[in-house]
Amino acid sequence: MGKIFKFQQDVDTDQIIASQYLLFPTIDEMKIYTFESLDPEFAKNVKPGDFVVASENFGCGSSREQAPSVLKALGVKAVIAKSFARIFYRNAINIGLPVIICKDLHENVNSGDEMELSMEEGIVKVNGKEYECTKLPAYMQGILDQGGLIASLNKED
Amino acid sequence: MGMTIAEKIIAAAAKVNEVKPGDIHTVELDRLMSNDGTTHLTIDMYNKLKNPKIADVNKLVWIVDHNVPCDSVKTAASHKKMRDFAKENGITFYEGAGVCHQIMMENHVTSGELIFGADSHTCAYGAVGAFGTGVGCTDYLYAMVTGTSWVLVPETLRFNLTGKLREGVYARDLILTIIGMIGANGANYAAMEFGGEGLHTIDMSGRIAICNLCVEAGAKTALMEVDDVALNYLREHGREPKHVFLPDEDAKYAKVYNIDLSTINPIVAKPHFVDSVVDAKECVGTHIDEAFLGSCNNGRIEDLRAGAAIIKGKKVHPLVRFLVVPASKAVYEQALEEGLLQIFVEAGAIVMNPNCSVCWGSCQGVIGENEVLISTGTRNFKGRAGHKDSFVYLASAQTVTASAIKGEIATADMV
Repeated sequence: MGKIFKFQQDVDTDQIIASQYLLFPTIDEMKIYTFESLDPEFAKNVKPGDFVVASENFGCGSSREQAPSVLKALGVKAVIAKSFARIFYRNAINIGLPVIICKDLHENVNSGDEMELSMEEGIVKVNGKEYECTKLPAYMQGILDQGGLIASLNKED
Repeated sequence: MGMTIAEKIIAAAAKVNEVKPGDIHTVELDRLMSNDGTTHLTIDMYNKLKNPKIADVNKLVWIVDHNVPCDSVKTAASHKKMRDFAKENGITFYEGAGVCHQIMMENHVTSGELIFGADSHTCAYGAVGAFGTGVGCTDYLYAMVTGTSWVLVPETLRFNLTGKLREGVYARDLILTIIGMIGANGANYAAMEFGGEGLHTIDMSGRIAICNLCVEAGAKTALMEVDDVALNYLREHGREPKHVFLPDEDAKYAKVYNIDLSTINPIVAKPHFVDSVVDAKECVGTHIDEAFLGSCNNGRIEDLRAGAAIIKGKKVHPLVRFLVVPASKAVYEQALEEGLLQIFVEAGAIVMNPNCSVCWGSCQGVIGENEVLISTGTRNFKGRAGHKDSFVYLASAQTVTASAIKGEIATADMV
């Protein structure tokens, strides 16, 4: 079980991690500023296993991979949105952060709700209800299963 | 079955005869651009690989453009890491020479190429018919090590342009209008393809501005039909096309839009979304604290000429900071030669070195709490130019310059 942190539509990557932190030497030094403009307490309150839930077009804008990376570094288990902007979507899969499309979830949950995710079945359970998620295309699920794109690179070598 | 330009480039890069939307292909990449926004992280990951190697160092171009000159000790460490790695490995390297996409257009990109750039505005390269797409540093690293990547073939949205933009209306007004029309995710995962007679009337600077901004509608790439304007640009810069791909007559499009250029008006995108567009006239009188003329979207010589023509003999409003930032060293030198920089300086503008500047809100010209910026930059997201509670309006070089003079949003006919 993990707690939901709920956001709205068109959350751009500048909101996830602002430009002024991107050239910090490591992700660990950046992560405390995650969602600074939308929820300044996020980095303090989020616990490993928690979820980010959003509406349409999550992660639009800049290609900064720091955006999915800080979420992963804070222990976010998955981002579940109605839709994702493509660069964020691809980056998240590449680094091994599950990004899951669920059309019906956003309207029916609130921040703080406890949720359970079954990746294999493609189902989330929250407030006594089940919601079906769209499964990843097999190719992308394969990258995620390997633990991201770099893991596959090390294997090939 | 007929193919779009995007499909033809992917098919060539995948060495197959035909591709269709939804297919996943392994492609060979022609060029790999990375800048100081993420390269330090790429290097860290590279150094942790079991067997690090670069597939073809000649394909790599690394550009320090986001925080130039360096603004802090932390940035200095990241820049040094990038500089040292580039030197040790013989990677083509630029620092302080301009915004990455402008440098790529002036020196590297050619028609028919498939290019990954670790920057979302890499789609700008479609102005010469190259498939440029933005990636993160993990994708970049994989491509750097293998020379290849996987690509999901996008659907294509077709934009048929007819007519001509009216006097005082720019390519930037056109692309902001299109983004407003289709929305911030209107082209998500898709390619945006531009053609038609109207395209021939738009110069290269305008074409780059259009393609560059397509990611703000979520596009994976933008592609323009290559014509004499594009071919002449390449030849003037000493390059020949790799392939000139035109769409087949029976190419399949997810959607077709017909746009009469003469119907486009000066546009402003209001905070905090690029698709929040209105007629510039509706914003007239809005207070501003700062104005910015520059960026990979609108910092070319044509934009500086448009601004200089308006401000010549006039003054920047005493309560406004007006930043003028040529997009590259070549643009800077040309502006010097034409006397444009002198016009800006005499008017009271702050003329800066070529770089991303306040467009990305981390280095120069950052704005404070509740301040308002009008910008020719790429984005107006919340806090994009500085404090989380600040405001960015996007407009053309003309509207931005007119606003800098008036101290509030104004159109060129008002000054």
